[in-house]
Amino acid sequence: MSANHTDMRTPLARVRGLGSAREGTGVFWRQRLTGVALVPLTLFFVGFLVCMNGADYAAVRSALAHPLVALVFAIMLVAGLVHMRLGMQVIIEDYVHGEGAKLTLLMLNTFFTIAVGVVSVFALAKLSFGG
Amino acid sequence: MTVYRWPVTMTMSILHRVTGGALYVGTLLVAWWLTAAAGPQAYFDFVNGIFGSWIGRLILFGYTWALVHHMLGGIRHFVWDTAAAMEKHTASKIAWANIIASVVLTLLIWVVGYYARGA
Repeated sequence: MSANHTDMRTPLARVRGLGSAREGTGVFWRQRLTGVALVPLTLFFVGFLVCMNGADYAAVRSALAHPLVALVFAIMLVAGLVHMRLGMQVIIEDYVHGEGAKLTLLMLNTFFTIAVGVVSVFALAKLSFGG
Repeated sequence: MTVYRWPVTMTMSILHRVTGGALYVGTLLVAWWLTAAAGPQAYFDFVNGIFGSWIGRLILFGYTWALVHHMLGGIRHFVWDTAAAMEKHTASKIAWANIIASVVLTLLIWVVGYYARGA
């Protein structure tokens, strides 16, 4: 790189947008951000499930319909899904080297994440708003 | 190289990735459970029956461990991000603590879960 005297770009400009998924350090940062958020959210999730152990249909529904539970659940799902999508992206980049297979799996990774998120949030909305 | 000893930190690195992958698939269980709760009672009871069966409990126990292990491993990564605890003997000790704590906490969660159900 340093031998290329005709390149007027700064070192940052040369690396920006590179990396195997063309996203650079943005992934690292978002993985940390969602990871930090997920520590208390996971504790809430586990605590909630422990409380719901053995609960019947009506009890589970009314607990999930509580605004605070529904909102925390929604935030947990979004943070968790973003986090896991990035994690799986790194795994794909590490082990899949064919460009076509890699791009296909990266797409499927996003589709899976969005599908799980939409289904879960729809279920939460249905529980909250009735139906 | 017969003198090479497999470091525990490598096991931890692999486990972090494996538990992450398991939790990825595990979101299907969360989505399924929420969908069942939002649906009719007969379907909820059916799904609850599957989760409550011995194989269901085994999967949920594994899921709990993966969640706890991955969370503790994540906290370990946050500490490393500050460039602390990088020394290899320290890292090995933390790795062992992580594995033991994940098993102990998982058992504790299930004991509390059963106690809560009984009460």
